[in-house]
Amino acid sequence: MSASAHARHDDGPPADYLSDTSVASWLLTTDHKRVGILYMFSVTAFFLVGGFIAALMRLELMTPKGDVMATPDAYNRMFTMHGVIMIFFFLVPSIPGVLGNFLLPLMIGARDLAFPKINLLSWYVYMIGGVMGVYILVFGGVDTGWTFYTPFSTMYSNTMVVTAAVAVFITGFSSILTGLNFIVTVHTMRAPGMTWFRLPLFVWSHYATALIMVLGTPVLAISVILIALERFFHFGVFDPKLGGDPILFQHLFWFYSHPAVYIMVLPGFAVISEIIPCFARRPIFGYRFVAFASVAIAIFGFLVWGHHMFVSGQSMYAGAVFSILSFLVAIPSAIKVFNWTATLYKGSLRFDTPMLYAMGFMGLFTIGGLTGLMLASLAIDVHVHDTYFVVAHFHYIMVGGTTMAYLGGIHFWWPKMTGRTYSELWGKLSALLVFVGFNLTFFPQFLLGYLGMPRRYFEYRPEFQVLNVMSTAGASILAVGFLLPLTYLLLSLRKPRDAGPNPWGATGLEWQVESPPTTHNFHQPVLVTCEPYMYSPEEAEREYANGQHAHHA
Amino acid sequence: MHQTHHATELHQTSHSHHQEHHVIAVGTYFKIYLVLMALLALTVGAYYMDMGSHGINLVVAMTIAVVKAVLIVLFFMHVYYSAPLTWVTAAGSLLWVGLLLVFLLADYISRGFLSILGK
Amino acid sequence: MQTASTPTMPDAGGRQILLSHFDDLDQQHLSSNLGMWFFLVSEVMFFSGLIAAYAVYRAQSPVAFELASKHMDLVIGFINTLVLLTSSFTMALAVRCSQVGDNKGIVRYLIATGVLGTVFLGVKATEWKAEIDHHLFPGAHFVVPAEDAKAMQEASVGPDGQLDRTLYARTLGHFQMMFALYFFMTGVHAFHMIVGIAAVGIFAVLAQIRWFSGYGTTQIEVLGLYWHFVDVVWVFLYPLLYLIG
Repeated sequence: MSASAHARHDDGPPADYLSDTSVASWLLTTDHKRVGILYMFSVTAFFLVGGFIAALMRLELMTPKGDVMATPDAYNRMFTMHGVIMIFFFLVPSIPGVLGNFLLPLMIGARDLAFPKINLLSWYVYMIGGVMGVYILVFGGVDTGWTFYTPFSTMYSNTMVVTAAVAVFITGFSSILTGLNFIVTVHTMRAPGMTWFRLPLFVWSHYATALIMVLGTPVLAISVILIALERFFHFGVFDPKLGGDPILFQHLFWFYSHPAVYIMVLPGFAVISEIIPCFARRPIFGYRFVAFASVAIAIFGFLVWGHHMFVSGQSMYAGAVFSILSFLVAIPSAIKVFNWTATLYKGSLRFDTPMLYAMGFMGLFTIGGLTGLMLASLAIDVHVHDTYFVVAHFHYIMVGGTTMAYLGGIHFWWPKMTGRTYSELWGKLSALLVFVGFNLTFFPQFLLGYLGMPRRYFEYRPEFQVLNVMSTAGASILAVGFLLPLTYLLLSLRKPRDAGPNPWGATGLEWQVESPPTTHNFHQPVLVTCEPYMYSPEEAEREYANGQHAHHA
Repeated sequence: MHQTHHATELHQTSHSHHQEHHVIAVGTYFKIYLVLMALLALTVGAYYMDMGSHGINLVVAMTIAVVKAVLIVLFFMHVYYSAPLTWVTAAGSLLWVGLLLVFLLADYISRGFLSILGK
Repeated sequence: MQTASTPTMPDAGGRQILLSHFDDLDQQHLSSNLGMWFFLVSEVMFFSGLIAAYAVYRAQSPVAFELASKHMDLVIGFINTLVLLTSSFTMALAVRCSQVGDNKGIVRYLIATGVLGTVFLGVKATEWKAEIDHHLFPGAHFVVPAEDAKAMQEASVGPDGQLDRTLYARTLGHFQMMFALYFFMTGVHAFHMIVGIAAVGIFAVLAQIRWFSGYGTTQIEVLGLYWHFVDVVWVFLYPLLYLIG
């Protein structure tokens, strides 16, 4: 029974989740796949806004003197809004909101998430927060840095801090709702036979992400509300004159914001764990290790937040404890990298676009992670804290890691989501441009930071100019690399549906249904009887040697 | 291969979920309520008792509060009769509060251990 | 597999409606339960941020906190705690009624819960008014009462017998801080009570008009979880705010 026959009912139009094109059917949908598409449009829009701001910043930083921005204040608002938009409105919701929402029920054999209406609500809440964020941007922005450190944010800043605090508070609810939806879904809606250790690792990683969302986000909510109250009522919770401690804010803020970076990167791991077995045609090496490592990252990630505060005034003993724990938290991530690498061994590798992004991820995430270890050591951190070294470190993880994983995932599941394929040539070219552009942008920043250029400054010493120019040049290449997929993926929608259910020959329940799937995902109740990632490199080699197309149509 | 056919088995949920429909007798609820009242009286009584230091008073008050909370969680919120996942969830949330408090207070308590200014 | 899709049909026979994405009623019930529990986990973490701030400042100035706490009327707090614990009892009975199919009982106990909750809020409001009238609301109009200032001054004397000005200023600041935390913690708690009372009221109406399928066992149980959680928070807030020292 071919997939396309299923998609068409001879007594009517084809019934898949995209069929109904009315606006109401989109804005009032409870279908997890549609909510995923709604998120896709939103995160893309916010990514473009945040990226545009970054372009302005890089333009400014081409010369040692401030010339693009009228005042240093304007630059402060730029980097703050870039951070707020990219973190809260792109990185946190991107993979869970788009790919997690779309794929989680499919992967476990369910018809939808546990709470479809709450899923839609989470998107609306996110949009309200996001629109507030854009409003703030349009009306002058906030200049406190995305970290909202006190006492500047509470006592001295003249910008819309309270509005920003409320926007972040609201957006946090979107995260919490998505998180609890995912957790409950994985616990209660797995199909018969889908035991925990038959779950795709995508699901394990998203489950871990969801745990962090539920446990961490509320503390951010409190810290941000405290700022708003202090500005509004002059409560003085962080005011030294009233015996308040500004460091307390940092503690509460980073208690969420460190696990937040794991919210941003674990879904990236999720995507990579799906792509690599498929394009190496091998089962993942050490499935249980990768699964447990995801949960370990979620748990240990809550114990290391003080490494953001080594030089803020935290006690040295606490600093030492956080330093050791930060070293330990790298271990589960390293386990994952080793296992992905081992999966490649004796595999039958194909370097299609998703695989290029995954390979890029592995290298860049490793560099980001290793520099993270450097930052975790107290002595080095004293030297490079608040320099471009830190900026380069987290961009290697967030852009080289999460964003590349997001793009890789979009390219991998695009045929499933839309039923169309895209041009492999343009896909590979974009992936290469992103990789080259990214490294040219951010590697010089490691050197700049080491040499002492501080972050969040719009002027710098003339001897730093060469590296800054290299960085800006890289940013322009990176921008092209990001804009290309937007173009060719959108253009692919004009083609007829040519993807078929499984263009990559991947395992997983989502590839057993037609592309795009019907509204209720499965036509019959699902029964799972085998392990995930049942790939065979020998079989792939044989098919390749016989000149057949190695992927099933 | 993943097969799809009519499945008569239940989805993968905890097998003790049927216990959540356990109906607790009114008498049990009332007894727990009386115990809670007694503990409340004890809380106020402990406040008036001089136990030496400030710290001990706090420990006693918190212990009684924890006992009250545990009773409410176990019986009014049915955790005693629920699947293990439920009480793991409840206990886990308390553990997380504990983590936040322990690590946070560790910073404040250890400031000044060394005679280095600001550390 | 039951697949009734509109939840608006009242079903006096007590047969619950199954939403289309669930396989059976047990899965639906368990999901709702678990969903509320994880939401409560996030609420626990929400309050824990405030508890953390409280812990830090109280550890730094136990004297200031003790003096501030004396301004809370512990008898009123006792009554409020009593009222709230009783409302938890009536809520538990309401849930029990939904399990045994006693619709009148559901409505009766939900209304009782709502009334007790409103009493709690009313008492809280009068407490707040009194404290605000005594210039104890932190911010620009805060005034440290004279006896407390004197007591804190005495407590801030250094080993040399002289007043340690930094310590005194900090202690005064922490006195006000206690009130900031008090108003914020009880305020957030009150907000959760308001939401809870509204939900209880709505559910009482829905139960009365038999809107729920199957006596609303799942829905009322889930509401009960939320209500008991708000009660547990108060069980901790009472000794922390009213009974220091």
